[in-house]
Amino acid sequence: MIKHKIHILVCGGTGCKSSNSDLLVSTLRNELIENGLDKEVQVVLTGCFGFCEQGPIVKVLPDNIFYVGVKPDDAHEIIAEHIIKGRKVQRLLYVDPKTKERIQDAKGMNFYKKQLRIALRNCGFIDPESIDESIARDGYAALAKVLTELTPAETVQIVKQSGLRGRGGGGFSTGLKWEITAKSQADQKYVVCNADEGDPGAFMDRSILEGDPHTVIEAMAINGYCTGADKGLVYIRAEYPLAIERLKIAIKQAREYGLLGQDIFGTGFNFDIDLRYGAGAFVCGEETALIHSMEGERGEPTFKPPFPSEEGYLGKPTNVNNVETYANIPPIILQGAEWFSSIGTEKSKGTKVFALAGKVNNVGLVEVPMGTTLREVIFEIGGGIKGNKKFKAVQTGGPSGGCLTEKHLDIPIDYDNLIACGSMMGSGGMIIVDEDDCMVSMAKYYLDFTVEESCGKCSPCRIGNKRLYEILETITKGKGTVEDLDRLRNLSEVIKDTSLCGLGQTSPNPVLSTLDNFLDEYEAHVKDHKCPAGQCRDLMTYWIEPENCVGCTACARVCPVSAISGERKEVHIIDAALCIKCGACLEKCKFNAVYVS
Amino acid sequence: MSSIKVELHENQVNELVEVCKSFSNDPFELIHVLHKAQSIFGYLPAEVQEIVARELKIPVAKVYGVVTFYSFFSMIPKGQNPISICMGTACYVRGAEKVLEEFKRKLAVEVGETTKDGRFSLNCLRCVGACGLAPVVMVGDKTYGRVSPDGVQEILAEYM
Amino acid sequence: MDKINLIIDHKPVQVEPGTSLLKAAQQVGINIPTLCYLHLEDLNIENKPGGCRICVVEVSGRRNLAPSCATVCQEGMVVKTNTMRVLNARRTVMELILSDHPFDCLICAKSGTCDLQKTAQDLGIREIHYKGEQSHYKEDRSPSIIRDMDKCILCRRCEMMCNKFQTVGALWGINRGFTSVVAPAFEQDLVKSTCTYCGQCVAVCPTGALTEVDNTNQIIRALANPKKTVIVQTAPAVRAALGEEFGMEPGSLVTGKMVSALKQLGFDYVFDTDFAADLTIMEEGTELLKRLTNYLNGNKEESLPILTSCCPAWVNFFEEYFPEMKDIPSTARSPQQMFGAIAKTYFADKIGVDRKDLIVASIMPCLAKKYECQREEFKTDGNPDVDYALSTRELAALIKQSNIDFLSLPDADFDKPMGESTGAAVIFGTTGGVIEAAVRTAYEVYTGKTLERISFEELRGMEGIRHATIDFNGLPINIGIAHGLGNARELLESIKAGTCNFHAIEIMACPGGCIGGGGQPLHHGKSGVITARQKAIYQEDLAKPIRKSHENPYIKELYTEFLGEPLSEKSHHLLHTHYFDRSKVKVVIPKTK
Repeated sequence: MIKHKIHILVCGGTGCKSSNSDLLVSTLRNELIENGLDKEVQVVLTGCFGFCEQGPIVKVLPDNIFYVGVKPDDAHEIIAEHIIKGRKVQRLLYVDPKTKERIQDAKGMNFYKKQLRIALRNCGFIDPESIDESIARDGYAALAKVLTELTPAETVQIVKQSGLRGRGGGGFSTGLKWEITAKSQADQKYVVCNADEGDPGAFMDRSILEGDPHTVIEAMAINGYCTGADKGLVYIRAEYPLAIERLKIAIKQAREYGLLGQDIFGTGFNFDIDLRYGAGAFVCGEETALIHSMEGERGEPTFKPPFPSEEGYLGKPTNVNNVETYANIPPIILQGAEWFSSIGTEKSKGTKVFALAGKVNNVGLVEVPMGTTLREVIFEIGGGIKGNKKFKAVQTGGPSGGCLTEKHLDIPIDYDNLIACGSMMGSGGMIIVDEDDCMVSMAKYYLDFTVEESCGKCSPCRIGNKRLYEILETITKGKGTVEDLDRLRNLSEVIKDTSLCGLGQTSPNPVLSTLDNFLDEYEAHVKDHKCPAGQCRDLMTYWIEPENCVGCTACARVCPVSAISGERKEVHIIDAALCIKCGACLEKCKFNAVYVS
Repeated sequence: MSSIKVELHENQVNELVEVCKSFSNDPFELIHVLHKAQSIFGYLPAEVQEIVARELKIPVAKVYGVVTFYSFFSMIPKGQNPISICMGTACYVRGAEKVLEEFKRKLAVEVGETTKDGRFSLNCLRCVGACGLAPVVMVGDKTYGRVSPDGVQEILAEYM
Repeated sequence: MDKINLIIDHKPVQVEPGTSLLKAAQQVGINIPTLCYLHLEDLNIENKPGGCRICVVEVSGRRNLAPSCATVCQEGMVVKTNTMRVLNARRTVMELILSDHPFDCLICAKSGTCDLQKTAQDLGIREIHYKGEQSHYKEDRSPSIIRDMDKCILCRRCEMMCNKFQTVGALWGINRGFTSVVAPAFEQDLVKSTCTYCGQCVAVCPTGALTEVDNTNQIIRALANPKKTVIVQTAPAVRAALGEEFGMEPGSLVTGKMVSALKQLGFDYVFDTDFAADLTIMEEGTELLKRLTNYLNGNKEESLPILTSCCPAWVNFFEEYFPEMKDIPSTARSPQQMFGAIAKTYFADKIGVDRKDLIVASIMPCLAKKYECQREEFKTDGNPDVDYALSTRELAALIKQSNIDFLSLPDADFDKPMGESTGAAVIFGTTGGVIEAAVRTAYEVYTGKTLERISFEELRGMEGIRHATIDFNGLPINIGIAHGLGNARELLESIKAGTCNFHAIEIMACPGGCIGGGGQPLHHGKSGVITARQKAIYQEDLAKPIRKSHENPYIKELYTEFLGEPLSEKSHHLLHTHYFDRSKVKVVIPKTK
C-alpha cells in the first residue's frame, strides 16, 4: 500500500452525491495528476459526514480542514492553494452561524463537539468500497475476537450486559433477542438485517450502509455465531441504490478475504449474506411483515407470539435487528460491555443517531450519547432555528412519534423519557418546526403517511387512521367542531389500543401529542376558524390593500385562476370565491399591496 | 386471462423466463423476480405478471396482490422523464407540497400519472435521504435540491 | 403437559396448553364476539388473521388490548372481557367497520343471516360517530356468485378458503390500507379468473359481500306459466340441511317435508336427483369395471385410476389446473345433468311434453351447479337439460315467500318414476359416498356375489384424504378419497408423480362433500354442523329398503325401456361428456419485433 501524506475526504453520501460530489472527486484527482501529486495525496470518496446542510463536504487530513458547499470548479483552488501552497481556502471554510467566524479546524465545529460517534465511527473517514480501509480501523477485529476467544454464550452475555437496545423501533434488548434466538432449537436459523428504513426524514441506516457497510456484515456474522445461524439476509430498500451497490461490493470483498463463507478464520464457522429487496412499504419495518415480504408475500404483519426469534423466515428462528443496532456491535465486543454501558442513561445505553432536519440550521446526521437533551441537539449541534424564527416543536420518532415542545427541551433523551412525553425514539427522525408551521397540519401530514402505508389488515388501522385523517382535514378546512376534538382523542386511543402491529399502535401519536401540547391551536381552528400559523389555506383570505396597489397588473397576470381583476393603473381586487390561495400574487407584488389574514 | 393489450418483446420475455429460472422458479423469490421484471419492462403490465405467475407456479391473483401492495411496483408505464417529488418530512416542512402542486399544474397530471405525450410522469416518494437539500425533486437519476415552485419551470425546460 | 389456570371475568378457568382466550372464555359461558375468526374443528379449517379486532380483551399487565382469538392462555393470566375500555374499543372498531359499509341492510341478501349485522346488534350500535369516505367497487356477477365488495370487511375468510383450503387461487388480498379488498387478479370479474364456483367463499362470508346468484324469481315465473310443465329434482345433501333454515337442529332429516313443500309450491312433478345418482353408479361403475378389466388385461392404452366426475367444481378445477389429465376422470355426467338429460328425453316423451315446454329445476347444495347447467355441452338446440339450479338457501327463501309453515308440513313421497332411489344414491351427499355406492354395485357385478356387508365404514369419515383397500373376491381394489380441492390437488400431484397406485378415486370440492356445499344453510363458523349432516345422510341410507343402485327397479326399467345398457350408444350421448382445457393462464406467445 502506498502511504499518502495527505488525504482529501469527499463526502459520497446521497445528499452530497446529488450535489455532484462524484465530479468533484474526479476533478480533484485530475488536478493532482496534473500537478504530479497523486502519489502523495489521496482523494477518498467516503460515506456521509452527517453535515448534510452544507454539502458537498470536503475534509483535508491531517490538517482537519472542513470545507463546505464545494463545487467541482473549486477543485483547482483547493489543490493550488491548500495542497501546494499550504493556504486554506478561506471562502470555503465553514462559518459558525453565531460568531460568524470561519472555523479553521473541524474540531472547533459545534456540530461535532457534542457528538459521540460509535455507530457512525467510520462514516466520513474511510472509503466504503475498500475493505482494507475498514480493516485498518478495526474492521472484523471483533469477529476475529468472538470466533477465536469467546463462546457464543459469552458473546451474547457481552451484548446483553452492554444494555444495547434495538435502534429501530420499540427498543427491545438486543442481547435478550439474541439469547432467545440462540436457545430456539432448529436445523436452520437466520440472521436478518432490517435496512428497510421507511421513516420519512430518517436516513441513518442508509448513511451507515453507504459509509461503513463492513460493520454491518461483521456484526451480522457475530450475530450468526451467537445464534447458530449460518445465513444472513439484508432486507434493504430498493430506493437506496448507492447503499445496495456498496453493500454488494463489501460482501464480495469480505468473501474474497475469507470473512464470509466457509470456515471463517479457520474456526469452522460458516456464514454468508444475501440481499433481499424491499419494495416500498413502510409496514415492512415491522419484523413479521418484513419476514413475509422476504418470503415473497404481501408485507402484512402477523400476531406475535410466535416471535421471529422462535418462528421467523421460512418458519425458522430468525433474529432481526436494524442497521444502526448492528453498527454498535463491533465496538461493544472490542471495547467491552462496561465501556458501552458507561455511556447513556440508566436504562438506555450508548448513543443514538438522529436525523436532524426541518427548520434547523444544521441539517444532518448526529450521534449523541443517550441522555443528551433536545436543547443540546437542536440549538448547539443543530445551530438553532433557521432564519431566526421561533422554535415551536420537535417531532421525534417519525410517524410513530409525537411533537414535543419548549417544555420538553431539557429532558434527557432516552427510550423511556420520550415515551413518557408521548413520543418515541423510533428510528431517530428529528424534525424541527417553527412558528410558521401549523401543528394540526403537521398531524395531518403524518396521518396522510399512515393512511397510505397502513397494510389494511386490521380494521382500526385501516379505517380508523383514514377517519382520523378525514377529521383533521375537516379541521384544517375550518369546518371542524369542538366535538371533533373528542372524536379525535377517542379514536386515537382505540386505534392505539386495538391495532395489530406497531404501526397502528403508534400511528395516532402525532395526533395525541399535538392535542396534548397544542390544544390551543386545535381550538383556534374549530372555534375561531383560524390557523394561528397561517398555514391552512382554507382559513386564509387574500386581499389587496387599495392604498398600496398601483395597478401594475402583475398580480392579475400571475394568478393561475384569474381571480384578480382591475384595470391598468387602477386598484385591483381579489375575488375570494375564485381565489385558490396559492400565494402567487403575494410573492409577485412589489408594492406590499397583497395581504393575507 | 387479460386481453393482451401490451405486446411484449420476445427477448424481454425470454430474459424474464431466465430470471425466474435463475431463482429456481422459487415462489419465495417473487419480490426479487418482480424487481427484475420491472427493470426489464419498465413496469409490470398484467401480461408480465401472468408470465411470472406461470413460471413460479403461483396464482396470478397472488402476483397481483403483491404488486399492488408495494408502492415501488407500477402497472403504469413511466414517462420518459419520471419526476419524483420527495415527500419526506424534511422536504414537507420545507415546502415540498407547493412544489408538487406546481408540477401538477404545469404538467396537468395527478400523482401517479403520465403526461399524454409520455414525456413526464409524476410520483411522490418518501425521503431520498437528502434532507439537507430539502425540498428535493428527482428527474430520472438526477437530483435537484432546494427546489421552489418558481424553479419548476426551469427544471421542466431542461427536458422539453 | 400441565393444564393452564387463568381467570376470565373473575371466573377461574382451566384449559389445555395452547388454548386461545376465546375458547377458554367459551368454556365458562363467555361468548366473545368475532368477525374474522373461523374454526371448523371437525374439518381442520381455520382462519385466524387477527384482523377485525372485535374480539379484543383486557389482559392485566399488557399495555394494549389483546385479540382473544390469537392470544394463547398463559398460567396466571387475569383477563377481562367486558370492561368499559374493552366495550368502548369494540364498539368504536365496529363503528369504524360500519362506517365503510353500505346501509342497505333491509334489502341485502344476507339480512337476517349476516354475522356483521348480528354483531352490530349485539354490541348495541345505534349511531356511527366516525363517518367518512366509503369504498366503492363494481359489482361482479358470475353464473354462480355475486361479489359486492362494498360490503367486504376484510375478514379474509374467503381468501383463506379459496387459497389455503381449495388452492384455487382466484381471490387474493389486493392493494393496501383503506383501498385493500379481496379480488381476482387485475380486479377482473370472477368469470375471467380461475374460480371453480365451489362457493366456499360464499359459505364463509360473514356479510353480504359474497352471495349466490338468485334464481327464485325465474322459478316463480315458470310455476305461474300454464304452458310449462315444471319438474324439480333435489340433491341428496339438501334433505339433511334444509331444516336448519327453519330453526331445526343440524342433522335433522326433512325429506318428507321438503317434498311436501315442493308440491305445495306447485311443481308438477317432484323428483329426486338420487334417481340420477343411481343411474350415475350404473354408468360410472360400469366404466370403472371396463377400465379396470382392460388395465388388468394389460391394455397399455388404459390408465388408472378412474376419478369420479359428479362434482362440477371439481370438474372446473381439473379443467383449469390439470388439463393434461382430463382423460382420467370418468366421462359420466353429474347426477344433476343425467337427470336433466333423461327428463328432457325419456320423461318428456313419457308425458308427451316437448322439451321446450318442460322446465327442469334442481335444488342443490351447490353453487357450481348453476354454472354447470349453463355449459354448452348440456344444451340441445340452445335448450338446457337443466334450466335452473337453486341452492338449499334459495329453496328455503322460496318456501318462506310462499307462506308455507315448513315445520308443520306432513311428509310426502317423491313422484314416480324419477323419484325412486336407493341408499347408495343418498350417500352421494357426503364425502366417500359416491365411491361407496360404486363399490356396492361394482363388487356385485364384478364378483357375481351378493355383498354381505353393505356399509363400508373404512370409506367414511372427515379426514381430508383417505384411502382403503376393498377386497373384490381376492382382487384388492385401492381406493382414494379426497374432499376439498387442496386435498384433491395433493392426490392429483401424487398421481402425476406416480407415487400412488389407486384404482379409483372420489373427489368432492367442498369440505365434507355436498353436505358442506356452497349453497347450504350457513354454518356461521360452528363446528360439527357438517358432521351432523353427514350422520343424517348415513341414517337415511340405513332406512332405505334398497341400498344398491343396480337394484333400483325404475333404473332397470329405464335401461329396458330406453337406454339399453350402461355405456350404450344412447347412454354415451345422453349421460356422458367430455372435458376441456380451460386453463386461464395460457402460455403467452410473444411477438417478435
